[in-house]
Amino acid sequence: MMRLSLPPKTRTSRAHRGEWRVVLVAVSAAVLAVGLSAVGRAEDSGNSAFSVQDLHAKIQYCTYCHQPMGQGYLGATPIPRLAGQQPEYFKNQLEAFIDRRRVNFYMFKVAHSLSPEMLTALANHFKDLNPPPLGGAPEQLVGAGKRIFEQGVPDAKIPPCSTCHGPEAKGKGQFPRLAGQLYPYIVKALTNWDQERGQGGTAKPDTSAIMRPIAHGLTESQIKAVAGYLSTLG
Amino acid sequence: MKLLEATLAILAIVSCSIPSWAGDPRISYAAKFADRNCSWCHGPSLQGFSTAPRLAGQTSQYIENQLYRFRDHRRDNPLSKLYMWGAAANHLSLGTARNLAVYLSTLSAQPADDGHRWLAARGRAIYRDGIPEANIPSCVACHGPIAEGAAAEGAGQIPRLGGLSYYYLKRRLEQWGDGYDATAARPMPGIAGKLSVNEVEALASYLSFVR
Repeated sequence: MMRLSLPPKTRTSRAHRGEWRVVLVAVSAAVLAVGLSAVGRAEDSGNSAFSVQDLHAKIQYCTYCHQPMGQGYLGATPIPRLAGQQPEYFKNQLEAFIDRRRVNFYMFKVAHSLSPEMLTALANHFKDLNPPPLGGAPEQLVGAGKRIFEQGVPDAKIPPCSTCHGPEAKGKGQFPRLAGQLYPYIVKALTNWDQERGQGGTAKPDTSAIMRPIAHGLTESQIKAVAGYLSTLG
Repeated sequence: MKLLEATLAILAIVSCSIPSWAGDPRISYAAKFADRNCSWCHGPSLQGFSTAPRLAGQTSQYIENQLYRFRDHRRDNPLSKLYMWGAAANHLSLGTARNLAVYLSTLSAQPADDGHRWLAARGRAIYRDGIPEANIPSCVACHGPIAEGAAAEGAGQIPRLGGLSYYYLKRRLEQWGDGYDATAARPMPGIAGKLSVNEVEALASYLSFVR
């Protein structure tokens, strides 16, 4: 299980650091819990093998919308970047669609067509892709967004995003990569956090709980700023 | 006095019905252009006629892009070749194409309503959910909940499909399967060929009723 610590460069007051330590302990506990339940699930799953052709057909299926290099696409709705995503997060989210922990009109049916083995293979396929970010975010936001990402918003008790998502926003384990993610997708995710994620209630808790207070604490302009910054990262 | 009131009332009604672009000479030129050129095939109010698809209310980016694709012979469907290659090459400057596209996108659109009613429910299911077990993605992710296309800035040139004619939609999907218009924006050429005849007819039917 991964250990979490604040990066040494983070500029914060002692008082805030103390509060964040509590948050981080909670985060570690949540990750551990989810990790253990994932192990339980893996043992349950059968061995439905698939051919190379099946895998290629599924990759093509994903990339019809998410694009050949997984760079994401602006359709009627923003279709997120999958390239470089952390496999553990990738799998957890696909399982979240099936469990209805995460509500998504399109992905619920898609997730049902994937066996656990196929899911692992797809997660590994997309993690190795590295296309340039799609771009298109308002450029004037990038500076403010970088500050929020690296320093948080101490007055609003928002920790630096880099604490969990890494200094380059590449993510780790359960913590998703955010670098290069589509601007409107991040804005939508943070704005609608409670409508889309953590829908399993106390019966099916998940890591989305970690982000809930942070998503709530960010103002609309802060959300746009941080989304703008992340969308530029390669 | 009564005359004045009546005049004011008429003026109020007329001014309400004048669209916001009415004062723009580029757009009024585009309106005349459409009337003199496009309406021969696409119908007097550009709602589509016979084999020519409805242009009214189509997303402007899509129309503009297709005009360039006709001009450059990239959209090579048989009827495109026959009618649109010449039309787009002979009469359109870049500015005209853009203004024409903007003008057409502002026109209100009537649904064709010419599909098979009994296939509409199946078509709606494919449109909304795709066919995951056959690796067919849902149409709605790109074309939108009411098949309105995507006209937002930065979005792809995604056409409005709702209310287009059943025959146009069916032909278009079938011809992708036959290898025509292979340079169209992905994923359409790849997906359309995977749809069965029934699925194509169901989708085209459903969409023809969407308003």
